[in-house]
Amino acid sequence: MESTVIKSRNFNASFGSNHVVKNVNIDIPRNHVIAVMGPSGCGKTTYLRCINRMHELIPGASSSGEMKLNDEDVYQMHPIFVRLKIGMVFQRPNPFPNLSIYDNVIAGYKLNGIKLPKAERDRIVEHSLTRVALWNEVKDSLNKKGSFLSGGQQQRLCIARAVAMEPEVLLFDEPTSALDPISTSTVEELFHELKVNYTLIIVTHNMQQAARVSDKTAFFFMGELVEYDDTKIMFTNPKDNRTQNYITGRFS
Amino acid sequence: MVTRSDLPLRVINSTPEAILKAKKRARRSFRQIRTENVFKRTLSIMGLVIIILVLGILLTLVVQSLPSIKALGLKYLWSKVWDPVQDIYGAWPFLLGTLLSSFLALIISIPFSIAVAIFLGEYHPKGWLPNFLKNTVELIAAVPSVIYGFWGLAVLVPIVRSFESSIGVEPVGVGIFSSSLILAVMIIPYAASLGRSMIHLVPSHLKEAAYGLGATRWEVIRSVVLPYTKSGLFAGILLSLGRALGETMAVTMVIGNTSLIPKSIFAPGNTMASVIANEFTEADKPVYLSALIELGLVLFLVTVVINLIGKKIIDRFTNE
Repeated sequence: MESTVIKSRNFNASFGSNHVVKNVNIDIPRNHVIAVMGPSGCGKTTYLRCINRMHELIPGASSSGEMKLNDEDVYQMHPIFVRLKIGMVFQRPNPFPNLSIYDNVIAGYKLNGIKLPKAERDRIVEHSLTRVALWNEVKDSLNKKGSFLSGGQQQRLCIARAVAMEPEVLLFDEPTSALDPISTSTVEELFHELKVNYTLIIVTHNMQQAARVSDKTAFFFMGELVEYDDTKIMFTNPKDNRTQNYITGRFS
Repeated sequence: MVTRSDLPLRVINSTPEAILKAKKRARRSFRQIRTENVFKRTLSIMGLVIIILVLGILLTLVVQSLPSIKALGLKYLWSKVWDPVQDIYGAWPFLLGTLLSSFLALIISIPFSIAVAIFLGEYHPKGWLPNFLKNTVELIAAVPSVIYGFWGLAVLVPIVRSFESSIGVEPVGVGIFSSSLILAVMIIPYAASLGRSMIHLVPSHLKEAAYGLGATRWEVIRSVVLPYTKSGLFAGILLSLGRALGETMAVTMVIGNTSLIPKSIFAPGNTMASVIANEFTEADKPVYLSALIELGLVLFLVTVVINLIGKKIIDRFTNE
């Protein structure tokens, strides 16, 4: 019996009068990789940003409906706690340019003013970098600036930074769209390992990526959740003909 | 230079009307090219005039201060007595007055300008109140400085005087402290508006990274915005320092105008700019006049250097 981590009911989001996410109902099971796909402007990124309340940082943004993390309403919690429990990795690798690799990994603790003994910090840094398969590459240059790394390494550093906070859920907003194919496949391999400990929700416009990495796929179209099912079923036997059209490339 | 014969005068059918038409067309394009050249030359001349003007001002200052440089030498800069009646000229009291009043003004104004920059740049970039605040701050720079001087005399000096008597120093009112207060108000817009635009330039993906890690707004400002913009904020502060060093009218009105070395920040004094404004018309001896112009030269060079450093920092910042 798999348990549900994220549960939305009748969830809506808008920018001013522009209604971009419409009545989304979804149950996301623990320790799975969920791909969210759909054409540009379908609301998939907005929905993702609603999960950890990043959406509300944009002036004029609003949302309504139910969004639950382990049966606790995300919108009743303090946004800071929400974002600590639900980590996020962005489209463009965004390590803090003024911080070293080491400090980037523990940036979450520093930002939140959590003081840790040095041994504990070292352990977190090593553990997080090992999780994202970056430890061997950077262990001798931990004091160098994060911006010296390649794009793929920077993105894995950002994943390590999110992992370091030990969240329950990790959100990825098109995490490989700014990366070359080799870095992309390294990051994709990570997803399989990370799902042992976390639940991963990945927004992607790349169907092949959705098919490769996810257990379940959600298809968004014009702000609606059209279909949500096991990835295998979605790609072989979609129920809705809009999904069918999208998968066969009739629109994108 | 394009001449008429260079133009394509292609005549396909050689009826008289066609030739006439072609000539007309050629004349028109010739006119266009000439207008273009005239326009370009006008622009270059305008630019050149400005460069010549500034160099000319510098040259005038150097030439006119030569008598004093010859007569007094370098020690003019650190001689402590300024007594034109006895032909003794030392710039130190004014250098000290300028530095004291400007840096004091800077210290007073920095918290305000940084706060305004952060408020407008990060907290509330849009809305009627921020807009109103932004326009008001910009208006501060537009108010003529004689009005600040007048306001200083009418309002600030009495307040400073009662403050001075309450802390037990000689209640003069006018002095370095009053002019620092006036200067502090006057220079707020320079650092504030530059700081605001620098804060606008902080990439949103960096701020989001911090928000995504559970940072509060204050934490994002402290750990992302301020480190990222520190050189820009510093440049803004330098530019406002340049402004404070050269401000003349308002300072002259409230600084007390004595040529003695100020004993404290509450004592009256003079800045380089205020002593020039005050004594220029009564400088009856050539060396006296030349010594005043030399003060102007020093002020000119100092402000130029400060402005250049500030611009350099801004350039480096915006090119990154």
